[in-house]
Amino acid sequence: MGAGHAHRLYRHGHSPVHGMPPHCKIAAVFGFVLVVVSTPREAMWAFGLYAVLLVAVAFRARVPIAFLLRRLVIEVPFVAFAVLLPFVATGPQVHVLGMSLSENGLWGAWNVLAKGTLGVAASVLLAATTELRELLLGLQRLRMPPLLVQIASFMIRYGDVITDEMRRMRIARESRGFQARGVRHWPVLAKSAGALFIRSYERGERVHLAMVSRGYTGTMPVIDDVTATRAQWSHAAVLPVLALAVCLTGWTLR
Amino acid sequence: MTTEPTRDPAAGPMPPSLDVRGLAFAYPDGHQALFGVDLSVARGERVALLGPNGAGKTTLVLHLNGILTGGAGTVTVGGLPVGKKHLAEIRRRVGIVFQDPDDQLFMPTVREDVAFGPAAGGLRGPELEARVMTALDQVGMADFAARPPHHLSFGQRRRVAVATVLAMRPEILVLDEPSSNLDPASRRELADILRSLDVTVLMVTHDLPYALELCPRAVVLSDGVITADGRTQELLCDEDLMRAHRLELPFGFNPRSVTAPTAR
Repeated sequence: MGAGHAHRLYRHGHSPVHGMPPHCKIAAVFGFVLVVVSTPREAMWAFGLYAVLLVAVAFRARVPIAFLLRRLVIEVPFVAFAVLLPFVATGPQVHVLGMSLSENGLWGAWNVLAKGTLGVAASVLLAATTELRELLLGLQRLRMPPLLVQIASFMIRYGDVITDEMRRMRIARESRGFQARGVRHWPVLAKSAGALFIRSYERGERVHLAMVSRGYTGTMPVIDDVTATRAQWSHAAVLPVLALAVCLTGWTLR
Repeated sequence: MTTEPTRDPAAGPMPPSLDVRGLAFAYPDGHQALFGVDLSVARGERVALLGPNGAGKTTLVLHLNGILTGGAGTVTVGGLPVGKKHLAEIRRRVGIVFQDPDDQLFMPTVREDVAFGPAAGGLRGPELEARVMTALDQVGMADFAARPPHHLSFGQRRRVAVATVLAMRPEILVLDEPSSNLDPASRRELADILRSLDVTVLMVTHDLPYALELCPRAVVLSDGVITADGRTQELLCDEDLMRAHRLELPFGFNPRSVTAPTAR
């Protein structure tokens, strides 16, 4: 994070996708992901078509494909899990390059990989075209429980403050000759983490005090409200509706 | 909300902005912080509340808007007693600016933060927008409305913190250590802003030159009671009083050598 002016996931722009109301975009991505996960895994061509749809959205949002691919790296831990599946799953085996792999496991791995990648890609696109602040407004609009929206909003506001506090504590440790080398130093790090927790907790109390002093009674006052026209909704619906068409075709051709 | 306080000479004598009578308070752990505080601040006055660490300054401040209650004595703000019944109006009238602006500024952008107080009071739409921009203008931060608070300098954050309470049109502005962590230029800018405001100010501080610069009157809170109340310059020149309450002037500073402001 640090001194960046917006979150790193966000890519500033003025495309039609950037300008869409946030709650429409969230609903569209959610719908798209639902459709993708309910597609039969044997319909490999369907996943190809989904990818084409996402590339079209990226093109319309003027998000470079290279940017999108770089952000997809976050998926790597899940890929590792998917790669394991063909080795551990049971059932009929196939032989590839001298290795005995489970046929079921291969399908499972493909299923996780394809659906996961498409889901992550759609989310990355959403994050790249919507500012965090807008995302929260969108979630609020979609009637997400207000407490969750407030918690997320405080995470954004205080993430940098706490990271900074953590950095200062590290500098203070290192200035006194401490370097974390191996397990023997873990207790020190654990105590730092504890101290950071207590500091954050106390800050929470002070923030609450400041909020109460300005008339907070448990609900956030509505300052900005986001609205969407019918045209904007139908524009946003293009992605999930096309995906649904692909999905239904996938089921009928089975 | 009740009617806005206006300066109507026909309405008879104005109630003081703040009137504290016999306020005593002990924390649940038995530690008694206040032993009968009496303090009256007239409308439009700027008063410095001086005192060493642990004198009970913060405890007193938290009584002013009813965060702490339950002890003996009364607090009245612009004629309205602090109590459960009209806590919302009390909190609108008493604008507390806390010491750490990161505690005070909790919304994602400056604009939303300044809007928080008035919006909690029910203001919406263009009126809310106008209120926010007026408050930001008063502290010279109107150009920063769309910025997130953590991208501002410390001095700018302190000024926005002042705007967040100005937006509520308070009867009295209570500042907790307003000059702490400010560089000399930010200190002066904040002083200019505070002088330009037409509002009652109670300033809690250790920074004696700053108190002298801004507040014609000062009170000393020590061991939970008000032990001195008078012209700031006279108090600062009283060496015995200062020593008795652990109040020390910075090296080389002579309070007699400057022209102190007089009451408005």
